[in-house]
Amino acid sequence: MRGAQLAALLEQAPAGVPEALDLVSGFDDLLEHGLARIGQGRAGALAAIAGALEGTPLGSPAHEAVAKLSAGSVSREHLVTLAGARAALLGAAHDALLEHCDAALERTRGAWNQSPSAAVGTGPGEAVQAWLQELAVTGWRGLDQGHVDGADRLVEALLADPGGRRLAVLLDGLAAELRASVPIGPAACVPTRRWADLWSRAMLLARQATNGAGDTEPVTGRLLPLGVDVLEHGTAVQVLVYGVLETPTGTPRLVRTGVTAAKTDTISGPAVWRLLTAFPLLLTALAQQRSLELRDVALTADGRLLWDEARAALGEVADPFATARVLLPGVLAPAAAPLDRHPVALNEPVLVEGYKTAGGSWTVDGRNLRIEVDRLPATGPLTPALLKASTACIGVLRHDGSGWLLRPLAVQAKSKNSSTAYHGGDWALGPTDPKVVKAESKSGDPVAVLRERAGRLLRR
Amino acid sequence: MDSSDEAWRLDPLARVLPAVRPRKLAKVPFVELAEGRLQGVVSSGSDIERVYVSSITAGSHGLSCSTNNNRPCGGLNGGSLCKHLQSLAEEAVQQYGLDRVARYLKVEVPEGSSLAAALSGSRDPAPAAAVFSRFLRHLAYLEAPASTAAEPEMQWFRGAGAVV
Repeated sequence: MRGAQLAALLEQAPAGVPEALDLVSGFDDLLEHGLARIGQGRAGALAAIAGALEGTPLGSPAHEAVAKLSAGSVSREHLVTLAGARAALLGAAHDALLEHCDAALERTRGAWNQSPSAAVGTGPGEAVQAWLQELAVTGWRGLDQGHVDGADRLVEALLADPGGRRLAVLLDGLAAELRASVPIGPAACVPTRRWADLWSRAMLLARQATNGAGDTEPVTGRLLPLGVDVLEHGTAVQVLVYGVLETPTGTPRLVRTGVTAAKTDTISGPAVWRLLTAFPLLLTALAQQRSLELRDVALTADGRLLWDEARAALGEVADPFATARVLLPGVLAPAAAPLDRHPVALNEPVLVEGYKTAGGSWTVDGRNLRIEVDRLPATGPLTPALLKASTACIGVLRHDGSGWLLRPLAVQAKSKNSSTAYHGGDWALGPTDPKVVKAESKSGDPVAVLRERAGRLLRR
Repeated sequence: MDSSDEAWRLDPLARVLPAVRPRKLAKVPFVELAEGRLQGVVSSGSDIERVYVSSITAGSHGLSCSTNNNRPCGGLNGGSLCKHLQSLAEEAVQQYGLDRVARYLKVEVPEGSSLAAALSGSRDPAPAAAVFSRFLRHLAYLEAPASTAAEPEMQWFRGAGAVV
């Protein structure tokens, strides 16, 4: 990313985004205090959301839902409609931000060309919606342990069905945060945007019949990883690889692929890689900076490779910084899937070089770029000190509601006279830092301990 | 409310849970704050096949410890903690931090004192079977196969950051 590109990204903010987010805040405020306490002020905020959607297919259902809720009648369908209205506003904010980012980076993006699926499901989804409705009526500030414990049996039922897993992972993540926070005192601060996001996602996901990947196309070619992010909460961890796919014909494509494993809250840090031993090729490619040769791997319309070890082979060593320098400027980026459009989904891989580091903000050609130094995954070697000593960084640009920031995935850092590269996936086959190896051997291998316990106690 | 509070309120990736501190799992493989109790499972020191289900009730501080087959622990008499309950309390503090455990159990721990010393409850057997089945459910997460399907919601979960 050149200085001029960063300037274009930071200098003009797309119009309408703060206004859209303000409307969303009106809904979020309602969830904080509970639908049972909807006053005139909050009813007005809801009406504004419906007003903003006037003229869209959601306009009239949103008006009806707002009228009913304001009159004190709460139904599941009206809550789903409002969750959809909220998602539409955030989707619009996402689109504006992505378009702005593409223009600044001079990045070309494909168009979405799939028809929507109208299938609506039943099953555990209805029980989940009933639970979410109870949370909404009570409000975050009114919740007690009893409300939160209700999530346990829902998650259990969802996990029994492979199609329910995505929703289970989401509910488990939300419930763990609520459990640690309730009862919330009147003076305490509430993460209103975050919990409303998770609540709305769950409400909409519970309504979907399937979580299928939609139409996919088989692709054959070479995957050159750029970097890896590790996302986790107490009972799930996702390894998300950003890369460039070179095919025999056509423009190199920006893609991502990933695997998600279930875990316990006591397994974290470098130990999580041991949950992914079913994917030795992917882990080896990450640990050794190798490319991957793919044969007929399914690629979704939103640029996700459905990872399949049986259709992959390890390729040559491929330096991600070389990939970022040579291929990233000309890649074709994928369109976002309609239901996934949300500012949080913005994660645009970029290479940043020639900067001056200073804590959480780097200077590139006189412009300040905020750096996410405090949320580095504990699964890899990146630390604030390494970032400080770095001279080049591969990261993803994201937007946190108030502005753009860079989440680092890999850095080149100077030590003495040489420059060394550090990648988030360096420890995929085990930590390479002696200090980390020592700390791990001291606390023991949590995966092995729990698997031993599971083997002895589960199958009786 | 200052501006950093306001930014936190509006940050979709606001950090809510503190970083998990790694702890040895061999002695106490399972600890949780749930169902109104600090409860968990403690491996027997003498028999690899046996585990103890131990719990401390919030508020009353009722103490319970028995094997998973409901045989009472011989070490729990009156108001003093058996070695299983002591291990449970220590590991809970290691995992969640003293503040969160004390807040959940509704106990005041004077500065410089320990959680175990601040508890004043007496023996009050709680159902072991329910806790044990929650432990089995916890272990069952490790049996679930990894998935390659899209789970875009994981973008909201960035982990709690490294413990430095």
